[in-house]
Amino acid sequence: MTAPLHEPTAETAPSAAEEAALAGAEAKAVQGRSLGRIAWERLKRDRLALAGGMVVVLLVLVAMFAPLIAGQDPDAYHENLIDPLFGTPKGSLGGVSADHYFGVEPVSGRDIFARIVYGARISLLVGFLSALVAVVLGTVLGILAGFFGGWVDSAVSRVMDGLLAFPQLLFIIALVSVMPNQMLGLTGTGVRLFVMILVIGFFGWPYIGRVVRGQTLSLREREYVEAARSLGAGRLYILFKELLPNLVAPIIVYTTMMIPTNILTEAALSFLGVGVKPPTSSWGQMLSAAIDYYDSDPMYMVVPGLAIFITVLAFNLFGDGVRDALDPKGSR
Amino acid sequence: MTTQRTSGRRKQAMAATAVVAALLTTAACGGGGKDDNSGSKTGAAGFDAANNKVAQASLVKKGGELKFAASQDADSWDTTRGYYGFMWNFSRYYSRQLVTYKPEPGKAGAQITPDLATGLAKVSDDGKTYTYTLRDGATWEDGKPITSQDIKYGIERVWAQDVLSGGPIYLKDVLDPKGEYKGPYKDTSKDHLGLKAIETPDAKTIIFKLPAANSDFEYMLGLTSASPVRQDKDTKSKYGLKPFSSGPYKFESYDPGKDLVLVRNTAWKAASDPIRKAYPDKISIKFFTNANDLDSRLIAGDYDLDIGQTGLQAQGRATALKEHKANVDNPTSGYIRYAVFPQSVKPFDNIHCRNAVIYGADHVSLQTARGGPVAGGDIGTNMLPPSVPGSEGQKYDPYQLATANKNGNVAKAKEELKACGQPNGFKTTIAVRNNRPTEVATATSLQASLKKVGIDADIDQYDGSQTSGIIGSPSNVKKKGYGIIIMGWGADFSSVQGFGLPLWDSKYILQSGNNNFGLIKDKAIDGLFDQYNTTLDDAGKAKIATDINHKVMEGGYYLPFVFEKYINWRSNRLANVYTTDGYSGVYDFVNLGLKSTK
Repeated sequence: MTAPLHEPTAETAPSAAEEAALAGAEAKAVQGRSLGRIAWERLKRDRLALAGGMVVVLLVLVAMFAPLIAGQDPDAYHENLIDPLFGTPKGSLGGVSADHYFGVEPVSGRDIFARIVYGARISLLVGFLSALVAVVLGTVLGILAGFFGGWVDSAVSRVMDGLLAFPQLLFIIALVSVMPNQMLGLTGTGVRLFVMILVIGFFGWPYIGRVVRGQTLSLREREYVEAARSLGAGRLYILFKELLPNLVAPIIVYTTMMIPTNILTEAALSFLGVGVKPPTSSWGQMLSAAIDYYDSDPMYMVVPGLAIFITVLAFNLFGDGVRDALDPKGSR
Repeated sequence: MTTQRTSGRRKQAMAATAVVAALLTTAACGGGGKDDNSGSKTGAAGFDAANNKVAQASLVKKGGELKFAASQDADSWDTTRGYYGFMWNFSRYYSRQLVTYKPEPGKAGAQITPDLATGLAKVSDDGKTYTYTLRDGATWEDGKPITSQDIKYGIERVWAQDVLSGGPIYLKDVLDPKGEYKGPYKDTSKDHLGLKAIETPDAKTIIFKLPAANSDFEYMLGLTSASPVRQDKDTKSKYGLKPFSSGPYKFESYDPGKDLVLVRNTAWKAASDPIRKAYPDKISIKFFTNANDLDSRLIAGDYDLDIGQTGLQAQGRATALKEHKANVDNPTSGYIRYAVFPQSVKPFDNIHCRNAVIYGADHVSLQTARGGPVAGGDIGTNMLPPSVPGSEGQKYDPYQLATANKNGNVAKAKEELKACGQPNGFKTTIAVRNNRPTEVATATSLQASLKKVGIDADIDQYDGSQTSGIIGSPSNVKKKGYGIIIMGWGADFSSVQGFGLPLWDSKYILQSGNNNFGLIKDKAIDGLFDQYNTTLDDAGKAKIATDINHKVMEGGYYLPFVFEKYINWRSNRLANVYTTDGYSGVYDFVNLGLKSTK
């Protein structure tokens, strides 16, 4: 019987996952190296992946402690810092000063540093939660399709094909513009966030669903499943105790790859004006507003652009590292 | 009478229109000569050199190609269907009317002057009958004379709204308020000239008989939709692709959304036309899809001017003001940008709550959001645009928005909140079009300053192309709780009726396509509008306009943001350039000329 991975399910954040994996691995160090332990050893040697992981942890901390780090109200106007003729910040580099580390926004004079810090909340919230939605849906439906086969498989697979062909960006744009302003006790930005998370997650599950289904198809024929079955194990037991633990590796890999995509989708939606609502700040929305000033105030465009770039890069590097660590035989 | 159209399309039209005004009526000398000093012979005329005065009139050379650039095509080039301001302005190249705007800078440019007619109308004492005699020598592009029947037929086309939708319908509302006439295409009379309100006793005489007096009627006859159309050349819904010319230029080619070229109409005789100078040999429009691209081509000198005349984008504006200041003018537009408070949404039924918002807002911040004092405009202090007769401009400032309270008066706002019974503030929703970044910026500014007085405003960005169904529906406004609506408005013609009737008269509260967003039901205001229709002298009309404006401001229905201004580009090649209030402060296209024919 192959030893199942002793890692928490993918619902937990990757940072927590590695720690848990480490803890789990140490506890059983005497008994020889588990798969998780081996993966961790490999990951430790991958400096790029570690750097990415550290940036991710840092970002999560920034988002959590935004009010402390920003030090000021991201929505407060500072008109006195704006040149009324052009609407651009006074001073060099978009109004960089001791009070405003990244300068201020054109027209309103809001502090860019504070808005970037608060914007991290939106990006990470949407990135993580929509990935969670996708993982839960994708895992459950994928494993069912792979395990039961027959009409269940056909139905789930066709739905996945359909969703993959669906123009999700256009759909979200259309959906958001007809969304009520109040829903389920949420208002304004709350509604938008809820809808974005749900929809991005919903359109993301087939990617995980396909992988899980494929893995399940091959795993269900393995001897240890056969053994469990012949010992009289029920279907549910086989699904969740025998198959699921062996699917954790691919799920984690795909989750870490999906989060940056979701962050980009959120940025794109905010860029197009259907993301969060003002005055809530979001990187995509800042980038969109910066277009009018790319020449007169380039700093305003550079800052949110870099924020998105660094975040997505960090997640991708980390995700790549995790994939290589868990599946060294994979293509690369 | 007149209903100002209010569809999304119209809003677009108004946006596409630039605008006007005439703060300083430095009684521009129509001639020229003098103003040329500020610029070089081959270079630009100087900053604001063509704003309300004529720049470089003496440098005009006949001939050459005048090149317009456009960020979007007109709604239609059909004289009956066009509603975009630039289309009205441009249509004078290929279309004439009985009367039109004077080809003069500033305020004078908004006055009506005879075109096809020999003089202004002979108006009967009761103000209900208008008689015109036609000028000799005016012809169509095939050389046949323009007759009174052609004019009547052209006006009748306004009734065919099922086929020719989109244009203004003032004439239809005034001449046939009950809608008895069915339009020329459903007209069973032999000559299709069945409209009873217009009589054409002979080819040179045309008589209009109004069921009720309207002192702005002649303005309506000056609209492009009152142009003559020849029956045998009427291609109905396809007419806009190639209108049959009555002016100095005719259509050579038109590829919608790509380009349009006009060439000289050889049948047109200068002697028959007191308005049009017809300097260039050829006039072209190139349509762009990206406004920033258009700006950079203008600044590079590839084109002479932007047909839209809505001002340069932020990027081009900065470049132009820093490096080519002599190439721009900064006219005031006839637009007012404002917030309005629907009285159906609590607590805005109470004037003190409305006042709290007016006092709480930071007017300088709102002005900056609109683009600042140069590109955005002066702080708006009342609801009558400076170009409309009867306006007092910033001198009438009942809330001291441009002076003492320009950064918001928190103490006064809190006082008003107490008087309103909401001492701790309240929650409300700001409705704003999602396709207007500057409007969203003003909403965000308002939200930030209202937060300081305890008013918690949520911003709802609705689909800007659905304006008439969303904020134009009072029941929807109430359902959604839109306490503050952000909008802008410009006049179709320069009078208090052309600007304010749809906004302030209780008869204009509509179930759909409403523009009286404040749901103003004030008998005094309604009465003043009725009185206006029968007042024929200009001084009397201006006085009523002033009174209406005061009543509206005293009601606290509106928070004006700016009397809008634009930064418009003119190339080094242009000569005889001036802005006119007739077309909302933009350049008068019809008499533009070039300094060099190359």
